[in-house]
Amino acid sequence: MIRFSHVHKSFTRSGVALQDVSFQVNKGEFVFITGPSGAGKSTILKLCFFEELPTRGEVKVCGTSSVLYKPVEVPRLRRRLGIVFQDFRLLEDRSVEANVAFALEVTGTPAAQVSGRVSRLLTQVGLAAKATALPRELSGGEQQRVAIARALANDPVVLVADEPTGNLDERATRGIFQLFRDINASGTAVLMATHDLDLVRRSECRTIEVTRGQIVFDSAADGGMRPSLARPAVEVDE
Amino acid sequence: MRLAFREALLAFRRAPMLSALSITTIAFSLFAFGLFGLVALNIRNALREVEDRVEIRAFVADGTGAEATSAALGDIGAFPEAASVRLVTQAQALDRARRELGEFSDVFEEGILPASIELRLKPGFRDPATVRAIAKRIEVYDFVDDIRFGEEWVEKLHRLRNIATLAAASLGLTFAVVAVIIIGSTIRMAVLARAREIAIMRLVGATDGFIRAPFLIEGFLKGTLGGLLALVLAWVALVIINRFVVQATFFDQWMGAVGVLAGACIGLAGSALSVGRHLKRV
Repeated sequence: MIRFSHVHKSFTRSGVALQDVSFQVNKGEFVFITGPSGAGKSTILKLCFFEELPTRGEVKVCGTSSVLYKPVEVPRLRRRLGIVFQDFRLLEDRSVEANVAFALEVTGTPAAQVSGRVSRLLTQVGLAAKATALPRELSGGEQQRVAIARALANDPVVLVADEPTGNLDERATRGIFQLFRDINASGTAVLMATHDLDLVRRSECRTIEVTRGQIVFDSAADGGMRPSLARPAVEVDE
Repeated sequence: MRLAFREALLAFRRAPMLSALSITTIAFSLFAFGLFGLVALNIRNALREVEDRVEIRAFVADGTGAEATSAALGDIGAFPEAASVRLVTQAQALDRARRELGEFSDVFEEGILPASIELRLKPGFRDPATVRAIAKRIEVYDFVDDIRFGEEWVEKLHRLRNIATLAAASLGLTFAVVAVIIIGSTIRMAVLARAREIAIMRLVGATDGFIRAPFLIEGFLKGTLGGLLALVLAWVALVIINRFVVQATFFDQWMGAVGVLAGACIGLAGSALSVGRHLKRV
């Protein structure tokens, strides 16, 4: 589904972002990408939806290879992915339902089907009652749910989420995470970048840890839990 | 396509001030170009009126028979360059001289002025070389005593026309380039104002063609509205000029239509360039 083979990525100004990164995400998997800020998590995700291209190596997503692809294939690839960001990226001047409908309309869904699908998606994310609200009238968690509904609009095979809970409080984080688990349970693979280690520890999902542009731990390959993710022991003062 | 139209119209509703600013900028850029066009048009008309007076006058020798002159009139009238040809008899020449030079009317005696064949030329055949060549073709008739076409005057007029054409072309081109730059920048602002929307469209898998379509429609509509507004402004300017300065001519309907179409095309091209550049960068 997603395969990184010896991927290097460097930027003209900021230098090396990824070095020799290789991993694979299989159908229906739930994978966390963790690591400190600037480790390369977001670059990995951008490579997944071809927002960036590797400097060396190959990224293959849903059959589209970064080495062999033609530019016209990128929109087609993105329709097979759902993309969610920390800052929601909603259209502020459109209602919740219009934001979700937008994703369907721009990908050529027949007009007659749009309304029904939008209702189903909003019900799925628990926002059916707020269909006509504007994004600014919603809480952060609700806005992220709208973004998730939009990401699900084209029935993606993989959901790529970059710090989706980064702007949310703990309760909203739990709700959003549960939503991701539900989506994953219905067969959609999820690749989620986060530095919320509590969330990672609780989930027991596959975890890939990135540091300074390199994969330093992959629970699928290394097994168990990375020591850096283990809950620190509580020290008792004598 | 329906969605692209809807998005283009929504853009007007969502950002009415920016849209109004774009249309006004386009209108004033085209208005400046239109004003220059009006000046060029009226200078051209004035020159054409003067050019209409370019004629070749072949003086007919005394005693030439009517048969010879009428045969020559037929031949000369068949020249492809000929707009009109006529015979001015001695009596008509005298009458005209007395009419035009009223205070010297006593000076002119009967038979003092010769008859002449006067040839006017079609537009496009009034340059000095052509006029000279046609005069030479008429000169071969035996009965032609002398032939005149104001050679010096025709040359000066031709030079003036060339200067006016060159000035019109270079100034017109400058105005057009300035208009395209201003309009392009205005549309670029509109594109940047919707950068977020474009980014989201790309993320959800919209093709570049799909993203471009509403902007192209929007640019076309803005250009058309700007062109219409420029035409109205030019008309108002003409009314003021006619009332307070000089009687001038306005564009005919085709020129007006071409002006509005030019606005639409500039709007379309400006949008295509701006959104194309933006899509390449993001």
